[in-house]
Amino acid sequence: MTEYNDLIFEISQPGRTAFSLPESDVPSVELTTKFPKQLIREEPAELPEVSEPQLMRHYTSLSTKNFGVDNGFYPLGSCTMKYNPKINEDVARYAGFAAIHPFQPIETVQGAFELLYELQEDLQVISGMDAITLQPAAGAQGEWTGLMMMKAYHTKNGHRTSRTKVLVPDSAHGTNPASAHAAGFDVVEIPSNSNGTVDLVELKKQVGEDTAGLMLTNPNTLGIFEKDIVEMAEIVHQAGGLVYYDGANLNAILGQTTPGMMGFDIVHLNLHKSFSTPHGGGGPGSGPVGVKEFLIPYLPVPRIEKQKDQYVLNTDYPDSIGRVKGYYGNFGVNVRAYTYIRTMGPKGLRQVSESAVVHANYLRKKLEPYYATPYTQYSKHEFVLSGSRQKKIGVPTMNIAKRILDFGYYAPTVYFPLIVDEAMMIEPTETETKETLDAFADVLIQIAKEVEETPEVVLNAPHTTSVRRLDEVKAARQLIVKYTK
Amino acid sequence: MDKFRYLPDTEQDQKEMLDALKISSVDELFSDIPAEIRLTEDLPISQAIDESTLTKKMRRLADRNATAHDQTLFLGAGTYDHYIPSVIDHVISRSEFYTAYTPYQAEASQGELQALFEFQTMVCELTGMDAANSSLYDGFTSLGEAANLAVGATKRSKILISKAVHPQGRQVLQTVANGHGYQVEELDLTTDSTDLTLLEEQIDNETAAVIIQYPNFFGSVEDLAAIRELTAAKKALLIVMANPLALALLESPGKLGADIVVGDMQPMGLAMNFGGPHCGYFAVKKKYIRKIPGRIVGQTTDTEGKRGFVLTLQAREQHIRREKATSYMSSNQALNALASSVFMSALGKEGIKKMAQLNIEKADYMAKQLESKGYSLKNEAPFFNEFVVQLNRPIKEINQYLLQKGFIGGYDMEPDYGMENAVLLAVTEQRTKEDIDRFIEALEGMHR
Repeated sequence: MTEYNDLIFEISQPGRTAFSLPESDVPSVELTTKFPKQLIREEPAELPEVSEPQLMRHYTSLSTKNFGVDNGFYPLGSCTMKYNPKINEDVARYAGFAAIHPFQPIETVQGAFELLYELQEDLQVISGMDAITLQPAAGAQGEWTGLMMMKAYHTKNGHRTSRTKVLVPDSAHGTNPASAHAAGFDVVEIPSNSNGTVDLVELKKQVGEDTAGLMLTNPNTLGIFEKDIVEMAEIVHQAGGLVYYDGANLNAILGQTTPGMMGFDIVHLNLHKSFSTPHGGGGPGSGPVGVKEFLIPYLPVPRIEKQKDQYVLNTDYPDSIGRVKGYYGNFGVNVRAYTYIRTMGPKGLRQVSESAVVHANYLRKKLEPYYATPYTQYSKHEFVLSGSRQKKIGVPTMNIAKRILDFGYYAPTVYFPLIVDEAMMIEPTETETKETLDAFADVLIQIAKEVEETPEVVLNAPHTTSVRRLDEVKAARQLIVKYTK
Repeated sequence: MDKFRYLPDTEQDQKEMLDALKISSVDELFSDIPAEIRLTEDLPISQAIDESTLTKKMRRLADRNATAHDQTLFLGAGTYDHYIPSVIDHVISRSEFYTAYTPYQAEASQGELQALFEFQTMVCELTGMDAANSSLYDGFTSLGEAANLAVGATKRSKILISKAVHPQGRQVLQTVANGHGYQVEELDLTTDSTDLTLLEEQIDNETAAVIIQYPNFFGSVEDLAAIRELTAAKKALLIVMANPLALALLESPGKLGADIVVGDMQPMGLAMNFGGPHCGYFAVKKKYIRKIPGRIVGQTTDTEGKRGFVLTLQAREQHIRREKATSYMSSNQALNALASSVFMSALGKEGIKKMAQLNIEKADYMAKQLESKGYSLKNEAPFFNEFVVQLNRPIKEINQYLLQKGFIGGYDMEPDYGMENAVLLAVTEQRTKEDIDRFIEALEGMHR
């Protein structure tokens, strides 16, 4: 069989189509009689012309060149690639959820609002907050939404112009500084100490009258629980700042503690991470944001509320930051998360964090003899290895990542967090079996041996994927971002 | 241990793993969480329910909503009831696509990357632009990002946006602008289009960009060429938010001089989903390629010279550039971009034109029928598949009545535009002549 590598534009032939449209049952309209000439398109858009079987083969072929969680283990740290339950998919496709319009009369969509309202309540409990908005489309948008509320709060309290700085640890996700910037704040980086946690001395040094707030994930991106979190929150609060929780790593603490208990004022959750909604190769996600009571006036509008037995939309929040996304957020994603929470219940969610944490520690323990491990205290749901030993013998971490692909696994997150040299961040999640963890450990051990014995095998990886190592530098230098004939 | 079907650990598994860690209980692994912040009881949420009970519960919730399958819908206003070919769900239900993450390891993600490269190409074709990203959250967030780009590129501090841009788009833009601290001014309308005289008055040397919707919220097609002249005179950028389906027959904004074109792919194969997830697209002229927000797929070669695809220009992005990134956005709507690509491929070059033509004809028919019954249209400019009609009672009341007759009526123009008793009606290829006639009959019945 010949390998299929064409772009859909390359198999296109004039005259083919993969769809049939109804014949018009109303009088025809000559465009030139309706639109001025300059508004009528001169050259048609060159969309492909293929038959339905061609189309299905094209996309099926593409799917075979793609790796998802259903294909195998996906230990991508900080991304929480757990199994995506199938019932969630079925439910989200019910016409009563998929075929409803956001502007329908509110009494015709009470089921949808009931679901959203109950999801808000569940997420409130899980995060330890007093109110939730489901509007943000993804975690990063949740961050920005939270920071906009932080800004609105300081403005209301007369400190908008003086509280200009957001403190972000050097181990933070890149979205933290980026969303702080988009909310108009200056970013101050707080270094981590040798234990991989926030340096309290540095924090005290930086915090002051210009502090708007601190952004933090706990456990942090090294997979370490910031055990001084209560004190940190106090330090920031005493200085008049707010404390923001990046929920990317929430999976590790589901049912064990809550950001609310830890002293956080604002929280975002990544539903595609902790709540099993699939990420679709890069999205959609959903990034609900929770706040403590004193911040409720700043939440985006509209708010979904319950009056007697009716769900209503309330826009009457004069201090609201406004709207951050169209309609009510990524509803279809929220339906999936709701289904998951109902499937798991409180005990299931607690067991999620237990298994995720056991798995991470077990896998780290198995790998410690073979890779440098900069931090050795208990991991939460993920841990970071360093490829520094292998780098010294001439094999950088990226090559180890590519070699992992040869064994039918996805690679860990590499070169992040930035504070670890040659970082490899591994997150096994709770949905993997012990057998999978053992097999993956064996592969990483084998690769460590290959680095010493046959480094070229690793340096030339991957060998079994649909393409060999791709030239990223060339892609950026000789920029081709669309097909041209 | 209780049994949960997504959690594979047996008691034996757990014991072996804890033994390997030389600890006796899972609790030990949580000992770094101070006792005063440990939960001692279960989260007070509902207990787990089995799948069959859950399915019933979810069906009950779904059944409480009136859907476009059992009601005849004339509601649009940014989200449209178009036909979704069967092939789309078959493609996006392939778990290799929907269970994948952002393609950080290109060699294991060629399917996704190629599909997004094809998506970018199709967006460029429709919009007449040089480059597109692989999608953003939705049309309104794309609009906000476009304004950010314009402010950054021109080093100016004011955005002019037409009031004929979707009210929610304007609201999102205002929030975005408040973040960055630039100014947004709204442009008043004639009746249904941007008032070009006012545009000429309001545009100045601090104007970074003018934002126009095409067709606009009233369904009317704005005179982009004339607007381009006014923006060019002040060296401001022209940002166009366009319905991609309309671009099958309307001249592309790129050809008419737009610098940035954004919009939502929802009309192209995406379920209405109660407003989300949809799929924002973002396209620019060559000059602005390096300022694009979000993920961009680029073509390259592998070590054997074979064509392949990678995420490119990543130095603009938050995970590399941190606070200096072009945008905070990390994820996109890749799966929905894929769905719209399948849609565009299924209809193809000719099908897409035919579908747009059907939309024009159906809307034209309905508008003419309404006019023949004595209703007046508010649109002065030509419209695509939506238009505003003046009725003689509050729209809320009319829609309540229509609902009993099996119709979901149009968008009430009063709250946003103060237009009393005016309704925005959308007519897609899904509506038959009979649907339209019955709707008008129902409307007439109410007045009688």
